[in-house]
Parts: sequence; C-alpha cells; structure tokens
Amino acid sequence: MTEERVGVYVCHCGHNIAGTVDVEAVAQWAQTLPYVAVARDYRFMCSSLGQELIEKDIKELGLTRVVVAACSPHMHEPTFRGVSARAGLNPYLMEMANIREHASWVHRDDMAAATDKAKALVAGAVRRALELKPLEPFKAAIKETTLVVGGGIAGITAALEIANAGYPVVMVEREPSIGGHMAQLDKTFPTLDCSACILTPKMFDVGTHPNITLLTYSEVEQVDGYVGNFTVRVRKKARKINTDVCTGCGDCWSRCPAKVVDEVFEAGLGYRTAVYRPFPQAVPKYPVIDVESCIYFQKGTCRACEKFCPTGAISFDQEDEVIVLSVGNIVLATGYKTFDPRQIPQYGYGRLANVFTSMEFERMVNAAGPTGGKVVLRDGVTTPKSVGIIHCVGSRDHRFNRYCSATCCMAALKFSHLVKERTNAEVYQFYIDMRASFKDYEEFYVRILDEGAHMVRGRVAEVTDAARQPGEEGKLIIQVEDTLIGRQRRIPVDMVILMVGMEPQEDAVEISHLFGIGCSTAGFFTERHPKLDPVATMTDGIFICGACQGPKDIPESVGQGAATAARVLSLIGQKEVEIEPIRAQIDESRCSGCRVCNTMCPYSAIDYIEELGVSRVNPALCKGCGTCVAACPSQVITGQHFTYEAIMAQIEGLLYDVRSGNGHKTVAEPQPVEVA
Amino acid sequence: MSKTNFSELNPAWGDRQPILVGFLCNWCSYRAADLAGTSRLGYPATLRDIRIMCTGRLDPAFVLKALREGADGVLVMGCHPGQCHYQEGNYKAMRRIALLRRTLAQLGVHPDRVQLAWASAAQGTIFTEKVAAMTDVVGRLGPLEWRDTIEDPAPQMKVLSLEEVAHG
Repeated sequence: MTEERVGVYVCHCGHNIAGTVDVEAVAQWAQTLPYVAVARDYRFMCSSLGQELIEKDIKELGLTRVVVAACSPHMHEPTFRGVSARAGLNPYLMEMANIREHASWVHRDDMAAATDKAKALVAGAVRRALELKPLEPFKAAIKETTLVVGGGIAGITAALEIANAGYPVVMVEREPSIGGHMAQLDKTFPTLDCSACILTPKMFDVGTHPNITLLTYSEVEQVDGYVGNFTVRVRKKARKINTDVCTGCGDCWSRCPAKVVDEVFEAGLGYRTAVYRPFPQAVPKYPVIDVESCIYFQKGTCRACEKFCPTGAISFDQEDEVIVLSVGNIVLATGYKTFDPRQIPQYGYGRLANVFTSMEFERMVNAAGPTGGKVVLRDGVTTPKSVGIIHCVGSRDHRFNRYCSATCCMAALKFSHLVKERTNAEVYQFYIDMRASFKDYEEFYVRILDEGAHMVRGRVAEVTDAARQPGEEGKLIIQVEDTLIGRQRRIPVDMVILMVGMEPQEDAVEISHLFGIGCSTAGFFTERHPKLDPVATMTDGIFICGACQGPKDIPESVGQGAATAARVLSLIGQKEVEIEPIRAQIDESRCSGCRVCNTMCPYSAIDYIEELGVSRVNPALCKGCGTCVAACPSQVITGQHFTYEAIMAQIEGLLYDVRSGNGHKTVAEPQPVEVA
Repeated sequence: MSKTNFSELNPAWGDRQPILVGFLCNWCSYRAADLAGTSRLGYPATLRDIRIMCTGRLDPAFVLKALREGADGVLVMGCHPGQCHYQEGNYKAMRRIALLRRTLAQLGVHPDRVQLAWASAAQGTIFTEKVAAMTDVVGRLGPLEWRDTIEDPAPQMKVLSLEEVAHG
C-alpha cells in the first residue's frame, strides 16, 4: 500500500458547509493523514472548475484514490465518479465523506463539533478509500418494452408518448376500463372543458394503438429484475367474457337482474348490474361479470346474460390468467383514492341524506351520471335552493392529513359554477384559505366571485339537521365561525358537498414494496429528488407520475406522465445500461459448502454446486445487499465495494481521535487493517 | 439545540462527549439522515455514520470493532420491517443484533450501547430523535473505554484455503 496516493477535496459548498465547518482546517489536517498526497478546499467542488481541479491532480500527482468531502453521495457520487473516470482513475476508487447533510447542516450551533465530526468522517473515508478495489460496472441491454401500471390520465399520457415514439408498451389497469378518476368528472377547471370529451379520444388511442397492449381487470403480482430487464407477473382476472367474440352490444347488462351500488365509478351514487361496463365510453368496450354480485355465481341459477348474448361470449368457467412480461422500464401511475368523510362524524356524511362527497357530486352533475346531470337532493327529485360546499375535508387537518390536497379549492369553485348553471341556487363556500395558483386559476376564482358565490372563511364545526331558529326547519345547518367577521354563524342549506381530500391508494404501501420503491409515511411514492428528479425513484428503471406521488390536478399529472415517457425513452435510446457492480462473490477455494448463505439470500441468487461442494453467486440475480457476506461463517464471501476490510478500515478512521488519545489510553498509532 | 454537558449525566465524561458509530442502510435510514440535513434538523454531534447497502450486511464484528476502537455505543438503523429494499435484510439484522446484545451483556457491556432502530427515507425527525435518545442513554451510562480494559485484539483469524491446508 506504500505507493497509494490519496487526494482529499473539501468542498465549501458556498456557505452551506463552510458556514459551520472550518473547511480550511479540515483540509490542512487531512494533509497530515497517512497516504494523503494532497488535500485542498474549494468553494464549489461540483462546479466545472472544481471538477477540473480534481482531474488535474489525478493526472499530475498520480493519485490512486480520491476522497471528496462534500454533500451526500446520493447527490454527487455520480458527478465525482465521472471526474475520476475522465482522469483515468477507476470511478469506484472515489469515496465521498458527507460533511454537509450529516455535519454542517445538522450541527449549525457548534462549529467546533461540526468540524470535529467532519474530520472523523474524512478520516473514515480516507481509510475506506485505501481499501477500495477497482470495479467495472455491468452492462445490460435495455428491453424496449415499457410497463405502465395504471390507466388514468397520467398513465395514458405516458403510454401514448412512448408508443408514439415507436416502442412497445403494456398497460395494466386494475379496473375493467382505463380512464381513472378523470373519466368520472363532468367538467374540468378552470376552462370548464368537458372531461370526457378531452379524455375519451386518448382512451380510444390507447385501446387501438398498435404499440400498446392493454391488460385491464389485471393486477401486477410480482416484479423481479433490474433496470432494463424486469420480469413482471400480471394476473389477468377472469372477466367471464370471451373478448374474442364479444361486441360490447350491451344485451347482457340490459337483461341482468342483479343490481348493486356502484361504489367505484358512480362513487356510490348509482347502481350497476352484475355484468357491467363501468361507463359507455369504456376502453375496452367489453363488460365483466362481478362474481360477488352475480346471481348465478352466488345462487347457481340465472344465466340470463348467457341466454341473451347474441354471440355466445359469456364464459362462466373462464379462469384467471397469469401473464409474464419482460420489460425494460416501469411507469407507476396508480393514482389516488378519496378521503372517507365518515371519519368526521360531525359533518354527517352517511347519516344526513343530503350531505354528498365531491366525487358523488361529480357523478351527479355528469350528464351520463345517475341523475342525468340534474342537481337534485338524495330523493332524486327536489332541486336544492342553497348549497354549502365545505373545503379541506380530511386535508390540512392534523387529525387526518396535514397536507393540502391541491385540487379541492378549484374543484369547489367549479361546483359553484355548475350549481348556479343548473339550479340557480345560492352557493356558500366554506374555506380556510383559497389556493388558486397556476395559470388561469386566479382568474377563474374571480369569475366565480363575480357569479355571486358567498365566501365564508372558517373551518366548519358541524353540519346538523337540528333546527334551533326559525327558517332552519328541514334544512341542513352549517355551524361555522366566520373568521372574516369574527362571529359564529349558522347557515341553513338544502345540500352540503364535502370536498374530500386525495389520499394514497389503500394498498399504496404494498405496491411500493412490490416494486421496491420508497413511499412516505402518508403512502405517496417518493421521488428521487423533490426538485430535480421528480418522476424517477431510487430504483433505476421505475418511474412515478400523477397522484400516486402526491395530490395533483390534471395538467400536472399530464405533465408528469409525459416526463416519465421522456425519461423512459432516454433510457431506451441508450440501448444498454450500466449497473452498479455491487455484488457478492464467493471465494470457492475457501468455501466450506455449509450452505448458510443459500438460505439467507432473499433473491435465491446463491446456488450450491453439488460436484464442487461449494456455493456460487449468480451475479444476474444478486442485488448486493450483503446479507450473505455478513452470514458466512468462513468469511469467504466478499461484498464488493462494501468489503469487510473497507468497513473495518472506515471504523478505525472514524474513531481516529479516540484511538490516538483524547482522554482514552493510547494503544497504537492507526495502522492499515490486516487483510484476512 | 443547546449543548449538553455530559458530565452532568455521568461525571465520568469529564469534558468529553459520547461517540457513537452509526451503521445506516443506503435506502432508508441514510436518506433519513440526509433529509434531516436538508431540513436543517439539529441533533447531537455524537454520531459518526457509515453507509452500508443494507442492515443485512451488518456483520456483528463491525459492532464489536467499533466498540473496541473506542466508540461508546453503536446505532444501527434500517428500513422499517416489511419495507427493506432487499426484502428482508432488516429482519436478519434484527436477529443478529438481538443475539449480539445478549452476548455483550454477558461480557459486561450494557446492551443499550448497541441499538437497532428504523427510519424510512421520509423520516428525518425519527432519525434525529433516535440519535438524541441514544446519546442520552449512552450519556447516562458513561464512557465505555472498552479498549482500555480488554487485551490487545487478537490477530484476525485467517481462513486457510484447501491448498494451504493440504500443503501446510
């Protein structure tokens, strides 16, 4: 190791690091560490000048290791690996010490402590760097097919963009039709565009596109592999309909005697039959038989649909089908669900008939909905004379969701317009803050004010049918503190609409585990970087768009959908992808063949070679977690880049000051760890 | 965050402060620590962390090494159970740490000097709270000074290859 030459580069990051850590002192001190040939500090190491400085040193001083003490490796490891590679040094011989996120930004009140910690982190990184081995990344071809999970507007946009570029797409949708929540809406803010009119052409394009394979009524069950080479198992649930002969004529559902509340598409406001197509413009056009509500499946007789089907498409004994896909990239657009307002009993939803959710109201005003677009009370005939719209139901509420659901303010304004248009009723908006960011939204707000909506600023305490004053009989009374006039008010109305917030899908956490991506405690999927990488995830080759990442309206979901397509296309265009060579490797000459590692591996990547009596890692399956490395009783498995020696050396480096005194008894000077 | 005078917790500290070595998994807890930084959440400057890909990589020898080299405690943090990036590495860590804590107790080291905790990438506050809580616990326990009380570490056991065994 005598000829090793380490360069240490301490970044000021402007004031971000230098404001708390004495970077010059760290650099000067690093110069004294064994094997350090040069140590410098610089304002911005990641700038082109900073990068050139390191490149020049590697070439001119013949550095064999580089340590960059700067930000998190999750931020700039690729940058500085690139610097090393350009200067002819193996990029895996570059090590970062995270003195920003893990020191300067968290110990801002104590410069001495932050500087001491930075020194320890640098010492650890230097010792670790000396133990690193050059590695070559694996190259793997990228499969051109992309999987898009979720057929709402975000997924549709992503799928069409990729398919239009000429690459195959498989879209998997859980429901019988694509369209998502947007298909349920009547109008869209702020333009009042007809939602179906702008969505259904895109749905049709997805259904007929030569490059798109559509798997509706299907769910992803298993995901294996890595960027460029995912293997995905999809369960195509039995529709009980032979789609080869079904024409979508509707004879089956018009004859079906079983009626159930449609909790999904009609949001509980309308009914559907057991054999059903969620809505007329559904893509694909084929119905499904809901086994749970089908009389034949539950009681053994009926088969009315079968009798009336002109093409013999009803197939009661159809079974689920499992399809295995081989894809290069995955786009998740799994959307959201709405907050269940039964959790706020004082708002009376489910108890007071004329309290509706915003999604119920969307279906009510939709011309294709259960009331044919008429705004009526729960009795189906009475037109309301006054409507109260309550904002932030389940949002901006520490009891449920602290976040703002982003779309409800504008949707509530849209409802105000639609109520006025259909009934001329008085509309009261109960809001905390009006949020009308983005293009043309504020203008829409002003327009609705001009239309005469009454704005009441305050969180509603209660919705009740208990009349106390004359004029309240038979009404729903909204009890609220109007904070603009500073007094309690009771406002009687005929109808109440609860603007329910957006929440992650019920199974969002399970989905995140299935695909191996992160998700917040709330359940929204986590992006790689909140600002600069909003649609990528920490798992290469898996992208997220739309409301599965956080509450979003249509334009934003479309923008993200298109962004994921661009990211996928840029990967496909690279033809092959570099994969981190962090893998386990077994020294077969020293393996005792005990097979402890075989059972440890979560990916079954370790095979026992019977003839040789040893175990062997399949590098294509190994993901480099290192659990076998830690488990091997003979210590003959190497976890590349996180070797026993590297970690042991890093521990010694981190504790350099304890090892050499600082009140503790000195045992010996720091020495390179003995290599087993 | 006000500076703690650790000698008030335990006079044995004198003017020193506890030193903890952290083993943080790449996917959850290291990123929780990053988030703590990005969010400027303060916590005691006692933790010196090492990034490993997964807590499943944590060889109990690393913990012993850290204690032997002078750390007063070791904090291992990983993804929440069921949320491991590698499916179940954190369960392996759970088993290993449990065993290690029992072993350490038998060796006279307080088991709370080695702790395992979970933080998702979104839980910067859980990370900082854990560091603060463990600093407090170790602060009360006092310095470990294990290396002062144990004999020189034995040279690492070398595993011989079959050839070496055969040919002496």
